[in-house]
Amino acid sequence: MSETGITGVPTTGTASSGEGMTGAQSLIRSLESAGATDIFGIPGGAILPAYDPLMDSTRIRHILVRHEQGAGHAAQGYAAATGRVGVCMATSGPGATNLVTPLADAHMDSVPLVAITGQVGASMIGTDAFQEADIRGITMPITKHNFLVTDPRDIPRTVAEAFHIASTGRPGPVLVDVAKSALQASTTFAWPTELQLPGYRPVTRPHSKQIREAARLILEARRPVLYVGGGVIRARASQALLKLAEATGMPVVTTLMARGAFPDSHAQHLGMPGMHGTVAAVAGLQKSDLIISLGARFDDRVTGNLDSFAPGAKVIHADIDPAEIGKNRHADVPIVGDCHEVIVDLLALLTTQADAGHTGDYEAWVEFLAGVKKRYPLGYDTPATGLAPQYVIERLGAIAGPDTIFTSGVGQHQMWAAQFIGYEKPNTWLNSGGLGTMGYAVPAAMGAKVGMPGSTVWAVDGDGCFQMTNQELATCAINDIPIKVAIINNESLGMVRQWQTLFYNERYSNTDLHSKRIPDFVKLADAYGCVGLACDSPEQVDATIEKAMAIDDQPVVVDFRVHRDAMVWPMVAAGTSNDEIKYARDLAPEFDEDNL
Amino acid sequence: MSTHTLSVLVENKPGVLARIAGLFSRRGFNIDSLAVGPTEHPEVSRMTIVVNVDESPLEQVTKQLNKLVEVIKIVELDHAGSIDRELMLVKVRADASTRGAVLDAVQLFRAKVVDVAPDAVTIQVTGNSDKLADFLRVLEPFGIRELVQSGMVAIGRGSRSISERSLRPVPVPAPAAAPAATP
Repeated sequence: MSETGITGVPTTGTASSGEGMTGAQSLIRSLESAGATDIFGIPGGAILPAYDPLMDSTRIRHILVRHEQGAGHAAQGYAAATGRVGVCMATSGPGATNLVTPLADAHMDSVPLVAITGQVGASMIGTDAFQEADIRGITMPITKHNFLVTDPRDIPRTVAEAFHIASTGRPGPVLVDVAKSALQASTTFAWPTELQLPGYRPVTRPHSKQIREAARLILEARRPVLYVGGGVIRARASQALLKLAEATGMPVVTTLMARGAFPDSHAQHLGMPGMHGTVAAVAGLQKSDLIISLGARFDDRVTGNLDSFAPGAKVIHADIDPAEIGKNRHADVPIVGDCHEVIVDLLALLTTQADAGHTGDYEAWVEFLAGVKKRYPLGYDTPATGLAPQYVIERLGAIAGPDTIFTSGVGQHQMWAAQFIGYEKPNTWLNSGGLGTMGYAVPAAMGAKVGMPGSTVWAVDGDGCFQMTNQELATCAINDIPIKVAIINNESLGMVRQWQTLFYNERYSNTDLHSKRIPDFVKLADAYGCVGLACDSPEQVDATIEKAMAIDDQPVVVDFRVHRDAMVWPMVAAGTSNDEIKYARDLAPEFDEDNL
Repeated sequence: MSTHTLSVLVENKPGVLARIAGLFSRRGFNIDSLAVGPTEHPEVSRMTIVVNVDESPLEQVTKQLNKLVEVIKIVELDHAGSIDRELMLVKVRADASTRGAVLDAVQLFRAKVVDVAPDAVTIQVTGNSDKLADFLRVLEPFGIRELVQSGMVAIGRGSRSISERSLRPVPVPAPAAAPAATP
C-alpha cells in the first residue's frame, strides 16, 4: 500500500512482500503500519515477546505506566484530545483485567481505542494457566469488537481491522488478544490491502428524504433547540454546527460530552442541559417544540424522568449509530449518518430555503430563553470563611484560557469544571461522561499531553478521584509529560456527600476522606518528582495558578483546600422530571411563558 | 408480547454464539429457541432465533445485533412468508398392548420410528411447533419417557436468498490522519 503513516514515513515495502519475521515483530510492524506513534503499557509474561522488537521501533514511543488502568485512560485522553486512535498494551490475566475499566469507559463515551493484550500460549488456553484470563469473553460487552489471535499469520489483518473498527462509524474500543505462541512463532508480514468485514458497514451519508423532512420541521417549529452531543466532537463537526446555528438562529445546548463543541461565549448557547445543567438549557429542551438531536443519546442524566421529558417536542434524531435512534425517546425524523454530513446537508437545504424566503420564526422563543438565561445564570455562594471550589475552577478557566485542555474526574469537581470553565473549542474538555469513572483525570491528562505536547493540560481532580490513579505522576515526571493537576480538596467524596446532605438527612456514611490531613498532597507531589503547591484562601488563588502555569518542565500538583459544604446547583434530582429543577436548594425557577 | 423469528447470518468464527447470546441476556431479552448451522457459504453460519417481545424492544435488539461486527444480515421471517420446522425425538412407553396405537399416531403425523425396545419406541418427528405440540398431546397418555427438541429453523418462501450480496470485502483505509487544526 502506498499511503503514508501519520509521521509521514511511507509504509511501502510491506504490501505484499511477505517478509519473514516473528509474530512479535509482525505485531509491532502492524501497529506502525496502522499509524500508531504512541503506546501506553506495561510488559509482563505473555506480552513479553512483543516488547523486544518494540524496543527497536523508531516510529513508536512506548510510555511505561504504573498501572494498566492508567495506560487505558491515557490512551483515551490521547484519543479524545487528538481524534486519533489511542493505543494501550498489557499482558495477560491481571494486566488485561486492569484494562476493563478504561475499555468500558471508552465504550460508553465512543472513544477510538485499540488495546493489545498478551494471552497465554495457544495450547495453554482453557487450562487455567498462570495469568490466564478469558479477556475476550470478559470484554465482549464493553468493547465495540474484540479478537483472539492464535495464528501469527492473522496478526497484520487483525490489527488493520481493529484500527478500522475503532476509528470509523461510532468510534469505540477494540481489544486484540494475542497468544504468546503466536508472538513467538515465525511468520511472514504483509499489510493487508482489503479487510474482510462483511458485517461492518457504518452508514455515514444521511438519507436526503430525511434531511428534507428535518428541514421542513425546522422551518415549521416555533421553539426549536439544537441538542448537541459528543458525536459532534467525534465527527469534527463544530465548525459546521456553528454555521448551522448562526444561519438559523436556533438556540444550542451542549451535553457534558459536547462541552466545547459550540463556543460558550456565543449568545445562542444556553449551556449544558441535564441533572446539573443550566436552567436555560434545561428549559430550552423541556419547553421546546422541536429537539434537533445531533450525536446525542437522550441519556438519563439529560432527560430526567423520560415520560415527562420535553412533552411538547417533536424529535429529529441524527446519529451514526442506528441503535441510539428511538432507544430512549421516539424520533419523529430519524437520520442515520455522520454528524458532519448531516449538518452540512441540513445547512445546504436550509440555505436554499432561506434564499427562497423561507425561514423559521423563533423570535419569541429566543427572547424567552434569553430572559431565563439572564435571570438564572450559573452562580454560587461565596462562603464567609474558606475557599469556594467553584471560584478556584472559574479562575483556573479564566487564567489558563480557551486553548488549554482540561480533564476531570467524576463528581462535584467535574460538574463545576463543566459549568464554570468557558469552553470555546472542541477536544478541550475530556471527561468520563457515560461510565463515570473516578480516577480518569490524571492518566487522561497524561495521554492528552502526549498527543498534544504544545497544549497546556490541566487535570481538575477531586481528592477522592486523585487517590485512585495518582501513581501516574511518576510516569509523567520520568517521561517529561508536564501536566498540571488541580486537586479540589474538600476532604470528601463530595458528590456522594451532597446526596447524603439532600436525601439521607445529613448522615455522612463513609464519605469523609480526611484528605486535608492524610495524605499530604504537596509532599506526595514532591515524592513523585512533581512541583507541589497548596492554596487555601481566595486571595492566593490567582497567584498559585499563575505559578503553576509558569512551570513548564515538570508536572505540577496544586492542593486547593476548599470548603466542604459547597454543592452543585442547579440540580434535577435523579429520576424526577426536568420540570422539578432546583436553581438552588429549595428554590425552583419561575418561568414567564405568557409570550410563548 | 408476540413471537418473532429472526434469521441471522453471521461469520463462521469462534465466539460468535457467545457474543449473540450475551447480547440478548444483557439487554434483558429471553431467547425462546435458537438453532445454528452452516449455510451454502462455508464462511457464513445462519442462526434462527425465536424471541417473544413487543415490537419496539424487538427493533432495539435487532439494531444492537446489527452492530455486532460478525453479524452480516438480519431478516425477520413472518409466519405466512416462510417455512419453519423443528425436529423432535421422543421416547414413548409402548409394550405389546399399546404399540399398535402408538404406531397409528406415528402414521397420522407422518413421523418415523427410529428405535424400538421391548417396552418403548423412539420416534422422530418434524414440523412446525403446533404440529409437534399436537403430536405430544396424542402421545402423552402412553407415557413419555424422554424427549429432545431442536431449535426452530426457518427459510423464506420463493426463489430469493437472504445471503445474496452480503460478502463484499472493504478496501483497507489509510491510517487516521492528524485532525485539522481545531476551529
